[in-house]
Amino acid sequence: MADEALFQFLHNEVIQYVYKSAENGEMENGRCVSKLEHLGFRVGQGLIERFTKDTSRFKDELDVMKFICKDYWTSVFKKQIDNLRTNHQGIYVLQDNKFRLLTQLSSGKQYLEHAPKYSCPVVFGVRLWPGARGTLQPGCEEHRHR
Amino acid sequence: MAVCVAVIAKENYPLYIRSVPTQNELKFHYTVHTSLDVVEEKVSAVGKALADQRELYLGLLYPTEDYKVYGYVTNSKVKFVIVVDSSNTSLRDNEIRSMFRKLHNSFTDVMCNPFYNPGDAIQSRAFDSVVSGMMVQAC
Repeated sequence: MADEALFQFLHNEVIQYVYKSAENGEMENGRCVSKLEHLGFRVGQGLIERFTKDTSRFKDELDVMKFICKDYWTSVFKKQIDNLRTNHQGIYVLQDNKFRLLTQLSSGKQYLEHAPKYSCPVVFGVRLWPGARGTLQPGCEEHRHR
Repeated sequence: MAVCVAVIAKENYPLYIRSVPTQNELKFHYTVHTSLDVVEEKVSAVGKALADQRELYLGLLYPTEDYKVYGYVTNSKVKFVIVVDSSNTSLRDNEIRSMFRKLHNSFTDVMCNPFYNPGDAIQSRAFDSVVSGMMVQAC
């Protein structure tokens, strides 16, 4: 599966590049994170448009979440979401136990603070639906979409 | 053959609207605008009506004395509206569906174009030519 490695390397380099090329004043998370988020958001929009072209209409939020957990996640990360929880009031928690973009980082706690940088793009691209917002927490790998 | 084709964004402003130039374009803009209400109604009614209606194609939105208006909604809430001449009775449902299909495919290509900012007006020439192919040829 050479193409997977290619994408991972490119992905990691893009993130490193954005952080390195930021001026000193911007080294705090602010600008870099939002640049990467925007990048991922835009890529995700195109992906979503292509994937939903042939699916039937989504009737409610649950349909949207099912689509994200199964079809979208499988197409992008080659596996499904491991766990989906909701409080039935608009908050959904998606859990991926083996997030593909982070498996190359060490599995210990050493790089935990850098992990969010690497997951920003693409995951945030899925925020296409009206009002949906997401946050990301590595370590236990939880994503919340509202 | 369509007389007017429009692409409306999720926030209900037009991304692309094109009509046959020989006619009063404002009239078509107005027709498309009023059809948005019918689209909203159809989309929100789906949940209460038959559970099987899960298509993106909405069908005939409403007929006026001169024109018929058809609608289609994508899963990202972008609406396509096609206005055809009522006198063109040979146009069948399948043909309208295939017109929408082509529009959707072309729109997806526009979305994937990295130089296109979502929310801007569509200026892609490829999209233009797809739309020209389905509009009435003005002589």
